[in-house]
Amino acid sequence: MSAFLHRYGSEIATLTLEHLWLTGFAMLFATVIAVPAGIFLTRSPRWAKPVIGFANILQTIPSLALFGFLLPLPWLGERAARVAIVALTAYALLPILRNTYAGIRGIDPNVLFVARALGLTPTQRLFKVELPLAASFILAGLRTATVTCVGIATIAAAVGAGGLGELIFRGVASVDNGLILAGAIPAAALALLLDGLLGLLERHFKIPAPDDAP
Amino acid sequence: MPAAIQFRNVSFITSQGRRLLDNISLTVEEGSTTVLLGRSGSGKTTLLRTVNRMVEPTSGDVLLHGQPTRNVDLIALRRGIGYVIQETGLFPHFRAERDVALVLEAQNRPRAERARRSYELLAAVGLDPATFAQRYPHQLSGGQRQRVGLARALAAEPSLLLMDEPFGALDPLTRAEMQDMLRTLLASIHTTALLVTHDLDEALYLGDQIALLQEGKLITCLPPQEFLRSEKPEIQAYIHAFHRGEREARA
Repeated sequence: MSAFLHRYGSEIATLTLEHLWLTGFAMLFATVIAVPAGIFLTRSPRWAKPVIGFANILQTIPSLALFGFLLPLPWLGERAARVAIVALTAYALLPILRNTYAGIRGIDPNVLFVARALGLTPTQRLFKVELPLAASFILAGLRTATVTCVGIATIAAAVGAGGLGELIFRGVASVDNGLILAGAIPAAALALLLDGLLGLLERHFKIPAPDDAP
Repeated sequence: MPAAIQFRNVSFITSQGRRLLDNISLTVEEGSTTVLLGRSGSGKTTLLRTVNRMVEPTSGDVLLHGQPTRNVDLIALRRGIGYVIQETGLFPHFRAERDVALVLEAQNRPRAERARRSYELLAAVGLDPATFAQRYPHQLSGGQRQRVGLARALAAEPSLLLMDEPFGALDPLTRAEMQDMLRTLLASIHTTALLVTHDLDEALYLGDQIALLQEGKLITCLPPQEFLRSEKPEIQAYIHAFHRGEREARA
């Protein structure tokens, strides 16, 4: 074990960082796209079905195929990391989009009514009422998306984008279970860690139901 | 001096063609309390909502101090009118202190002023700020929540207070306490109030005049004593529906 760690330890560390970097950027882009899009859909609900449907379709494309599709594209295909980040972003869109939409739509209409009646502007209503009340929902979507992305990012190694998938693919090619585990265990641990951290954040924003009498 | 509120031939028809308000004209004098009384679906809540334009009349005008509300900026209009609703009107993610001062926050008033006003108002509605300012709605009883709602409605020193069945969900004893508190409060701040209720007793206790609505029409508007003496069949029916149990038990 210690010999194994001695041999692969620094490589695992580098690849874990790479893995985090790919996932992190993808989550950042997905959040920047999906949260505003989700808010837009609550304003124009007739778009909700087609847009969420589209995100749904993106989700169903097999990841290896999506990486393959993106590879020949100009600019994108020049760097494997770009391909990986775009693909991961596409997978992260749906949970964030869906939860932002559902989170805001699920707010008690009475509360929104009062916010309007008190004279809050649309922007104030969004930032003081809607987003805080939907925050735990949105974070739950972010959490699902993150865990999915950490998993799918292992496949990004297939197009040469690096990450912990590198060890897994090498292990598969050389029939070396130790090497596969050297990639798989840190990837799983990473997913669990991020899941736990985001779960804590989610609970922090959770709104107690009005009927939970003390 | 123009009246605090004047409804001029106000009608409201829903997009499905239902007539909820039918040509209502009514005047509310400065500093008085007017009760809109009626059974469910009589249009009293809809009429109340035309004042802060949460409902826009299909025809007719609502004037505040002689000024048609449709000419006033919507946000400014609403911030200048206190509004209390029956239940769940509090924001579940705000502590009482923040909720009470929300309108001041929306106006970007300084934090210290907001906190001071919030504490002052919580005390005015009978909640000790030291105990209640930091509580969330789910940590308050129904009556306490309504007190916070009332404090919030008064935060921006509105010249007009709209209350939509504010005590509807409370038990009779808590309700009576709240009515006493409201009466004292209204007398001390000289705010014009418009109160929606279906409770005749509450109407008689709090109102300077009682407007009875039925199926979107204004049946009559009278001071409490005259209301009780009125021979109008709609009023008689309303009076008879009340205290039936008490009458029967005594008989």
